[in-house]
Amino acid sequence: MSPGAIRSAQYEEGVRVPASAEPLLSVDDLTTVFPTARGLAIASNSVSFHLEARETLGLVGESGSGKSVTCRSILGLVPEPGRIIGGSVRLQGVELLTLPERKLRTLRGTQISMIFQDPMSSLNPVYSVGEQITEPLRIHRGMTRREAKEEAVRLLQRVEIPAARERLDSYPHELSGGMRQRVMIAIAISCRPKLLLADEPTTALDVTIQDQILSLLLELQAEEGMAILLVSHDLGVIAQACDRVAVMYAGYVVEEASTEALFEQPAHPYTAALLQALPELAARRKDRRLVPIQGQPPELVRLPQGCPFAPRCELAQPACADVPMSLIEVTPGHLTACPFQERRRDGC
Amino acid sequence: MGVNGGDPLLVVDDLHKAFAVRRSLLDRARLRPTRRAIAVDGVSLSVGRRETLGVVGESGSGKTTLARCLLRLVEPDAGSIRFDGTDVSTADRQGLQAIRRRIQMVFQDPYSSLNPRVKVGAAIAEPARVHGIVPDDAVDEHVLQLLELVGLSRSAAEQYPRQLSGGQRQRVAIARALSLNPEFLIADEPVSALDVSIQAQILNLLEDLVGSLNLTMIFIAHQLSVVRHISDRVAIMYLGRVVEIGRTEEIFECPQHPYTAGLLAAAPVPDPKKRSRAPAMQGDIPSPLNIPSGCRFRTRCPYAEPRCEVDDPSLQPVGRGHHAACHVLPFRSAD
Repeated sequence: MSPGAIRSAQYEEGVRVPASAEPLLSVDDLTTVFPTARGLAIASNSVSFHLEARETLGLVGESGSGKSVTCRSILGLVPEPGRIIGGSVRLQGVELLTLPERKLRTLRGTQISMIFQDPMSSLNPVYSVGEQITEPLRIHRGMTRREAKEEAVRLLQRVEIPAARERLDSYPHELSGGMRQRVMIAIAISCRPKLLLADEPTTALDVTIQDQILSLLLELQAEEGMAILLVSHDLGVIAQACDRVAVMYAGYVVEEASTEALFEQPAHPYTAALLQALPELAARRKDRRLVPIQGQPPELVRLPQGCPFAPRCELAQPACADVPMSLIEVTPGHLTACPFQERRRDGC
Repeated sequence: MGVNGGDPLLVVDDLHKAFAVRRSLLDRARLRPTRRAIAVDGVSLSVGRRETLGVVGESGSGKTTLARCLLRLVEPDAGSIRFDGTDVSTADRQGLQAIRRRIQMVFQDPYSSLNPRVKVGAAIAEPARVHGIVPDDAVDEHVLQLLELVGLSRSAAEQYPRQLSGGQRQRVAIARALSLNPEFLIADEPVSALDVSIQAQILNLLEDLVGSLNLTMIFIAHQLSVVRHISDRVAIMYLGRVVEIGRTEEIFECPQHPYTAGLLAAAPVPDPKKRSRAPAMQGDIPSPLNIPSGCRFRTRCPYAEPRCEVDDPSLQPVGRGHHAACHVLPFRSAD
């Protein structure tokens, strides 16, 4: 596709999203499946959440919980043979799931950006850093070569890459993991997105570098006013970075709450058990003993009836097999999929 | 030096290991010299009997190379390793085999350390057979005991690694390591690939086994909270050196090296009320091909002084059984 074609006004017009009182992003009943030899694996199971402008929502869960697939489904980037079979994803009222690929592609460059765990595999190894940053600037922001180069230097400086101008000629393999992730972030913010999807952006990095990248992301968010969907398995990262959190288990969102409420008063037994399993929390207990969650998560092709956490739940009861897995509001803004939670809180 | 007093079981003295970096054709044509990545650069430490020493460090700190040197899975360039009075560094093949029976390793990824075509039972039995520590007719019973010890059912013996979950595979790897009744366990990032809920299961298992079998352990990890939980003492490594070592509580409550302090501050705390927005430490980790002069941490250190550029600090006592390699911080906090 030639840059000229993309620069035409028509494209930009086609995806201009109307301003409204709607949340920036609404995900409703999103269901994504993967056919396997042993049956259909439901990776995202009727997932619903929303994201306001300038907000950071954490999507936390263990491997196979569906957090990454959910994140990719938003952009229609589900890896083969996965399919989105239902639900809706709206960005300021515009339905993304039915948007033609052409328009979706423009949207990815202008309204939504994404960064991944491993910047080495998302950067192209045969193009210089400069070429990779200037490309979207010329395509989506219609800059000339010279303008794009100056903007690229500014962006690299903004993500705190030392000797930014010289780095334009570097290739990804010449950079450290942290620097590569900074380049990815520079590319991601180059088109001033309203929404940044960050899929485990610091997982492959060392602790001190992770800390730098998280700080940078939050700083940029405040400056650029973008919303972030932060996918992570790390409850520490979530606690440090997010305004609200959705906890996923076996494809379902099982709890959603403000970060403080979630860590202080978890309303789903899975969230509570996950927090109990952290070594940081064991340190506060007298015997310093870790409290693991017994057993394994269920196979996605063979989900148990009702609540998928019931087989591992210490508070399980026969009625758990009939739980519809829809979210119930415990307190305003605090949702849980466990209907027995409220009664327990009252001491029954 | 160990918490239990008496002779330490393992003593490492001034250990060095560097790896030659393969030169490209172009580099060879230009007659560029072979570059050397320094992995372990003068490490000395000891581990007391029945003690767990945690080793923490970021990538390039040399923690894994150190572990491999201890068993001579890689040959150290210089320095000595003594295990229970025997010199490991100069041991011949037979001597080495005897030592390797007493020191066993558990790795991060049990999927790549287990042969996918060998059933679990056979994998656990193999070391015992090779070293001939149980009679042939008792091997099956030995395997079943080990399975029970690590919390797996008897039926697991007939399964292949791929039929097990990550946590179960790590249990198999632990059973295999215990198959030779070792005294010393080297666990290299044993829970790093596991989810939090499973990680807690494996940590509890290791803790129980160390206690019930009177094991001594080196526990290597990058995750501070995990190391804090399981270790009696902790060594912090940076670019091939131990920069601080001491009892766990002291290291975590009262770090005396700026790198340790920065590492602790950088670790994300799972508590939204304790948020820090400014990064704890600036700069990138220098390349092991190009270690800074003087103190190797000075390029990222908030306390660096001019002399740090020339004077390479060695480990100095900063408290009881607590050592740090820094010219500045220990003397500041003493004020």
